[in-house]
Amino acid sequence: MAEYITLAVDGLQALLDELKRREYRVLGPTIRDQAIVYDDIESLRDLPMGWTDEQSGGHYRLVARQDDAIFGYPVGPHSWKRFLHPPVLPLWQAESAGNSVRITTTQGPDQPFAFIGVRSCDLHAIAIQDRVLIGGQHVDPSYRDRRKGAFIVAVNCGEAGGTCFCASMNTGPKVEDGFDLALTEIVIDDQRLFLTEVGSPAGRDVLLQVPHRPATPDEIAAADGVTARTAASMGRVMRSDDVRELLLGNLDHPRWDEVAERCLTCGNCTMVCPTCFCTSVEDSSDLLSGKSGRTRHWASCFTLDFSYIHGGSVRGSARSRYRQWMTHKLASWVDQFGSSGCVGCGRCITWCPVGIDITEEVRAIREDRPAERTHHED
Amino acid sequence: MSTAILPDTLRAGPDPMLPRLATVRRRRRDTSQVWTLDIEDSVVSNEPFVPGQFNMLGVFGVGEVPISLSGDPAVQDQLVHTIRAVGPVSKALVRLKPGEVLGLRGPFGTGWPVSDAVGRDVIVIAGGLGLAPLRPALYRLLAQRERYRSIQLLYGTRSPDDILFRRELLAWRRRHDIAVEITVDHAPADWTGHVGVVTTLVSRSSFDPAQAIAFVCGPEIMMRFAIAALGQAGLADEAIYLSMERNMQCAVGVCGHCQFGPSLVCRDGPVYRHDRVRSFLGVKEL
Repeated sequence: MAEYITLAVDGLQALLDELKRREYRVLGPTIRDQAIVYDDIESLRDLPMGWTDEQSGGHYRLVARQDDAIFGYPVGPHSWKRFLHPPVLPLWQAESAGNSVRITTTQGPDQPFAFIGVRSCDLHAIAIQDRVLIGGQHVDPSYRDRRKGAFIVAVNCGEAGGTCFCASMNTGPKVEDGFDLALTEIVIDDQRLFLTEVGSPAGRDVLLQVPHRPATPDEIAAADGVTARTAASMGRVMRSDDVRELLLGNLDHPRWDEVAERCLTCGNCTMVCPTCFCTSVEDSSDLLSGKSGRTRHWASCFTLDFSYIHGGSVRGSARSRYRQWMTHKLASWVDQFGSSGCVGCGRCITWCPVGIDITEEVRAIREDRPAERTHHED
Repeated sequence: MSTAILPDTLRAGPDPMLPRLATVRRRRRDTSQVWTLDIEDSVVSNEPFVPGQFNMLGVFGVGEVPISLSGDPAVQDQLVHTIRAVGPVSKALVRLKPGEVLGLRGPFGTGWPVSDAVGRDVIVIAGGLGLAPLRPALYRLLAQRERYRSIQLLYGTRSPDDILFRRELLAWRRRHDIAVEITVDHAPADWTGHVGVVTTLVSRSSFDPAQAIAFVCGPEIMMRFAIAALGQAGLADEAIYLSMERNMQCAVGVCGHCQFGPSLVCRDGPVYRHDRVRSFLGVKEL
């Protein structure tokens, strides 16, 4: 049986204070550069109260809300991977030691993370990166160290964005597990409240120091209504049950040429995607100190460099690179890591400068299979 | 889909990205661009590598590249790598002198199924530098020669100057228990051997397709034609193994560079059974 309590707005502040007191690095949504991004949070004042973000293909705008909702926005360009799987990460340093070389590894973060406002899509994205980076035969120690102590305050989405399709991917909008606390923002008798589900012993323990009261059945029903409304208002829809077979069976579909006409191969979709995990390493040396080192940074399969082997790139055309990204995300990810790599967050649609829509591309291939094309030509 | 985090996924483990040290013991030049380095691992493994596997070799301050093991797996204290110096890292590697230190990770990947070849005709087809990852398999085969039926090495290079391991090939040629056929794409006037692509050697060779196994390594296009020729000779796809090449950086399946359809070459390859990758081999730019 799920365990529910109710927090008032000052209870949320007390929760932030308690997490800080326990020496977590508290990260959450805040407004910067005209977008809602994730960054260090000092108090409720840093959260995007009264703001939402309007999203569609290639379009993102901050818009003032008619109310004081704190989590009244769909996801912005950032995802939690920037903390768990950082964009740039020094791996090790080497220095000469006589005839040999001494290698030292980089230390992990000195504080565990507390993430405030993790949506269901992003919770699934974290679980996917767990499978990729620490669930296989080899473990990425930097991810493991960042992930290990993270405290997760999830938030059930109060409204769906214009590019959201988590309901299609079975990844939301209601969070199911994998959190310490899960909030649903509700308004009852003009009072803003956070119905809070306790998801772990750590979550329960933190609440000991945070003023709260047991939830009423009305509050629980109101919260259920919130996620049901969100589920019913998804901005996008994508049939996902047969997408693996659909894409792997259509690697030479003419639609890939068509989308390549629009795709700029900029890689924005891979940067905003909460599951894209690809990285490259770069070695550098410092002539003054004689030290050298290796640094890892995010890589994108949209670059020519990505598939370079002596003599050239395996994927030279935009067609092949878009196909690689989309078939990996939706199809071959299943073969490699046991689930789809897509959580339906819609970021790749919103942040594509030309508004390429992954749901539309899947639909175009589904609706024009080779057998049907032959039929049309008859 | 469940998001539950299993505690055992947070287990401790060694850092797979951290190189250990190795020392260059011997360096020799095979062709104008290709060198072979014998290196000594600072951590001696008691498990021999599998023929067909690769190591990540790194020059500090320059970078790291995947290089196949090309030596005898029975020799445990020397790791042999044959390197074509074409990029900044491979050029730096072949400039290392005996006594100098390099970074080493590995061995990684799948290998040639030498034990599956017992009692069968073995056809080894190599193109260019593709002979290097096949040589450990040949050592293994010849070490217990009596366990196999015929063994044939079909090797193609661009010109006679590009032939690797020349002295060893000549020695094998003098043996009566292995057939070594070499062909070149372009021949000077004094070349008396075969001329043409390596696939032409397949139709000239004789083996029992019902009892044969083939190991193929070379440029992708050469492998496609060699596999087609083996198929024409009656060999089943399940009896043909090939070694794929993609950009491999982490070698442990977490960097994404070596995607090949549904598989990751560093983790699921480089050696694949042909029937398992058949549908993806012909797809352009996959």
